[in-house]
Order: sequence, then structure tokens, then C-alpha cells
Amino acid sequence: MIRDITIGQFFPGDSVIHRLDPRVKIIATLLFIIELFIVDNFLGFAIAALCLGVVINVSKVPLGYIVRGLKPIIIILLFTFTLNMFMIDGHVIWKWGFLELTEEGLRTAVFMAVRLILLIIGSSMLTLCTRPLSLTDGIERLLSPFKKIGVPAHEIAMMMTIALRFIPTLLEETDKIMKAQQARGADFETGNLIHRAKSLIPILVPLFVSAFRIAQDLAMAMEARCYRGGENRTRMNEMKLKKRDYTALVLLTMFLAVIITESKLF
Amino acid sequence: MDNIITIENLIFEYNKGDESHPVRAIDNLNLQVERGSFTAIIGKNGSGKSTLAKNLNGLLLPTEGVIHVDGYDTRDDDNIWNIRQTAGMVFQNPDNQLVSAIVEDDVAFGPENLGIDPAEIRRRVDKALKDVNMGQFKKKAPHLLSGGQKQRIAIAGVVAMKPKCIIFDEPTAMLDPKGRAEIMSIIDELHAEGITVILITHFMDEAVRADRVIIMHEGRILLDGTPQKVFEQEELIRSVNLDVPLMVEMGAKLRKAGIDIPQSIITEEEMVEYICQYE
Ligand SMILES: Nc1ncnc2c1ncn2[C@@H]1O[C@H](COP(=O)(O)OP(=O)(O)OP(=O)(O)O)[C@@H](O)[C@H]1O
Ligand SMILES: [Mg+2]
Repeated sequence: MIRDITIGQFFPGDSVIHRLDPRVKIIATLLFIIELFIVDNFLGFAIAALCLGVVINVSKVPLGYIVRGLKPIIIILLFTFTLNMFMIDGHVIWKWGFLELTEEGLRTAVFMAVRLILLIIGSSMLTLCTRPLSLTDGIERLLSPFKKIGVPAHEIAMMMTIALRFIPTLLEETDKIMKAQQARGADFETGNLIHRAKSLIPILVPLFVSAFRIAQDLAMAMEARCYRGGENRTRMNEMKLKKRDYTALVLLTMFLAVIITESKLF
Repeated sequence: MDNIITIENLIFEYNKGDESHPVRAIDNLNLQVERGSFTAIIGKNGSGKSTLAKNLNGLLLPTEGVIHVDGYDTRDDDNIWNIRQTAGMVFQNPDNQLVSAIVEDDVAFGPENLGIDPAEIRRRVDKALKDVNMGQFKKKAPHLLSGGQKQRIAIAGVVAMKPKCIIFDEPTAMLDPKGRAEIMSIIDELHAEGITVILITHFMDEAVRADRVIIMHEGRILLDGTPQKVFEQEELIRSVNLDVPLMVEMGAKLRKAGIDIPQSIITEEEMVEYICQYE
């Protein structure tokens, strides 16, 4: 049951999107998010949605799979939608008690909802089409110019790498501990909230103990393999921008230009 | 004699928080390890085997005494990376020594730390994975592999650093019999290729494969010699609560029963061969 949790889901594939340099994809995603906040009219959103649609289509990730990722945020979506609808002053089009639905409110609510949906889908495309480890490498490389001002680029990337490596191990461990406790009659499913929270203690304590043991062992193994931080370290997989990456960057710039012109014009 | 490791009067003490009551894990130990040899170290829990291993590549530094690895003094900070590259180490728990979520990236970890050229790292990684018969798993995630396979990846990670000596600290303790057999045959191959092997183990049938067996007891060396010479001392070995290899035990029983089995017989093959000549 616990293994069904997927973190930073990756959808294996071999599309052009999958093969793009992770740095390009990270920058594209960041720009896309910024653009979503520049845009504030219908046409702008339509262009953004269309471009995202093209990317999804090229990536061959099934739309249903992507939409399912929206499930956890439906409540947040509904909440912001309702709040926006009634809280903004303007031309009243419907009134019920103290609730006033305004034209501006409705407009903001719809735009905010569309913005959030595009934002979630856009950023999940990044994780769906990029191997977690390439993502880490990409982040390290993008952050490395900021090392001079004290950003620990290598350390952040190494932490993420280790987390990715040990999440499955710790989930297995949790599963094992839960089974062991259940075999001794522990009950995690019934009772009130406090009771259930209490029943987690016998899981968390051994889990922490084993996490510390793993950390100690791993640190020693890394030292034995000459790990000494990011300095003078080389990488087996060098990141080099290929033709498709340059094409993607050109397309990205064009998209940016269109969005900016469009929001200036209308 | 050309020694890759020399240990002179090594004393190692752990300070468990308070300086006044240190735990002496190694007590005045002297040892030379010949280049290209295969040494097995056995001893019961807490006899100081792992402590000794960690002293050999500078993970721990001597409280007193001197250790030279391939001519480098382990106490000298400037040599530490040379020493760790020269003497690689494989640990007991296969889960807790792999760093990356992709097999080939994990094997590349050591060479990357050494600052080796990317094309050369790629060559070494492919070769190391082939050496441990894990070539087809190079894109897999370690948590999907068996214990024995994970341990083979850990060995590949060390081999890719081109060490002259590899110290194995109970590499098979957490494996099933099949995994153990695979790891042992890889260790034999590495030894055949000229790498100095130091194998710490609890399994006597693994120790008899070595050129030299050392039995540790309370931080000191109790016995040291060829497997034949060491396992002849059956009573002494039993007196420190250790077992002897099954064939040594069987030989002793057969001798008591009046069948003249030479004391030099310690492996199954030798026993089978000897008994079959009675036909
Ligand atoms: N980190 C530590 N802090 C304090 N004492 C330690 C530490 N590690 C080991 N010791 C002590 O040092 C002694 C030798 O331990 P060591 O781990 O070297 O034994 P070992 O022969 O490897 O045992 P095992 O067969 O269980 O692996 C033991 O008495 C142990 O309790
Ligand atoms: Mg040990």
C-alpha cells in the first residue's frame, strides 16, 4: 500500500521532450510560470494552453495521466475560485444576502483557476519528462554560477540524489516495521485521530533509528570512495547542448515574445 | 618481500564521549600484508576486525603506532586520498553503501570524486560492471536488485577506482547462499587479476580460500599463517569460541575413528579427493 506513493513521478519515454537537456527544460518551465503571471486576458491564456498542448502531444504522455495529477489540488482550486468570485468589488451581476458576485470577481476567479491549472500541468510536465537524476544534475549546473555568492549548488544536488536513492529504501523499511508491529497486534486503521497518531510512534521511532544508521554507514562508504565535496569533481555524463536544445531555446524565446507583445497590445 | 601494508604497534581506542574510559579495540598489533596476496581475517564479534579495516584506509587514524599503505603514512593528511584510492573498501550492508538511484551512476561515483576525465570514467564503469557480471543492469535502480546484486555493484564501484588492494568487511554476511557464492567467485577473480585482497568474514569456508588466515581475539592477533597451519590449532580456535571449517572438524572426527586423514585437509575438494583414493 505504502509503495503506491509516487514522488516526482517520471513517465518513461523517448520523445524529444524527454531527450532535451534538463537545463533547457528547467528554464522553459520557469519562464512558462512567469508568463502565466504576465498574461491577463483570454487570448494570452489560449496561446499558453495551446503551446502546453503541443508540448504534451509531442511528449506522448497520456493526457489522462497528467489530469489525474490535478486531483490533489481540486479543493484548493475550488476554494480560490469561490473566494475570488465573491471578494472582489465591481459591477454586481448577482446578489444573495451579503454575497455579491461581480463581473470582475468572476473574471479574476476564472483566470486564477486557469492559471493554477496551467501552472500545475506545466510544472508536472518537467518531472514527467525528466529523469529525477537528470533534474538534479540540471539544477546543480544551473545553480553553479551562484556558488560564488554562497549557494551550495553541489551540496543541494547531492542531497537530492541521496534522497532519491533512499526514499524507496525507507519506504520498504516502513512497510517492514508496520508489518512487524501489525503481526504483534498493532492497529493503525481504527480509533480516533489522537489514537491513530499515537499508534504511529512505534513506527516512527524505529524508522528514525534506521535512518540514522543508514546515514552513518553511507557517510563512511562515501568517504571511503574519496568523496570530498564538489571541488575538482568530474561527471561521467557531461551536459552538452545539442541541436534540439538550441531549437527548443529559439522556440521558447519566440513564445516569450508573443506573450509579451500580446499582453502589451490588448 | 614486497609489502603493500605494514602496521607497526597499532593501538586504537574509541572515546565513547568521555576521555577517561576509552575502549581499546586494537591492542598493539603488528602486521605485514604482501602485495598481491589474499588474506582472510576472522574473529568473533567485537574482536576489532572492522576497526582494523577502517584503520587501513584512514577512515580511522591510529591512537598509537604507524600504518603504511603502499608507502603512504595514513596519518599524513596529504596522502589520504591516495590511500583511499589504493585501498578500496566494501562494507557489509549492500543497501547502505550505494549513493545513486541508477547503477552506472553509482559505479561512476568514485572515479568522479577522483576527478577523472569523463570518457575514461565511462570506460572504467563499463569494464567494472562487466567484471562483476552486472552489465545488463546498468540503467536499473539499486533498490530493485537482490542483495547479492547490490553487493556486486558496490564491488564494481570500488573496482572502477583501480585500487591495488580491496578490503572486504563481511561482504557476504547479509546474503543468501547463492549471493555469497557469486561474491566469493568475484573476489577470487579480482585476486587472480593481481589485486591484494583482505577478506573479513565469519564464514570458515570462505577463509580457507585465502593464502593466509589471521585470527583476531580481543584486538590482538591470535593465530597467523596458511589456512592449513592455522586450522591445525583446532583446540585454540575453539577456546576463543570460534568454529573451525567443517572439513577440519570432519577430519578430526575421522582421525578419532581411526581413519588416517592428514591435518592439511581443509577444503571439501581436498577431502573428497583424499577419501576417493580409498576405493
Ligand atoms: N564507534 C564506536 N564507538 C565506540 N566503540 C566502538 C565503536 N565501534 C566499535 N567499538 C568497539 O570496539 C570493539 C571492536 O569493534 P569492531 O567493530 O572492530 O569489531 P568486529 O570484530 O568488527 O565485530 P563484528 O564481528 O561484530 O563486526 C568492540 O568492543 C566495539 O564495541
Ligand atoms: Mg565488523
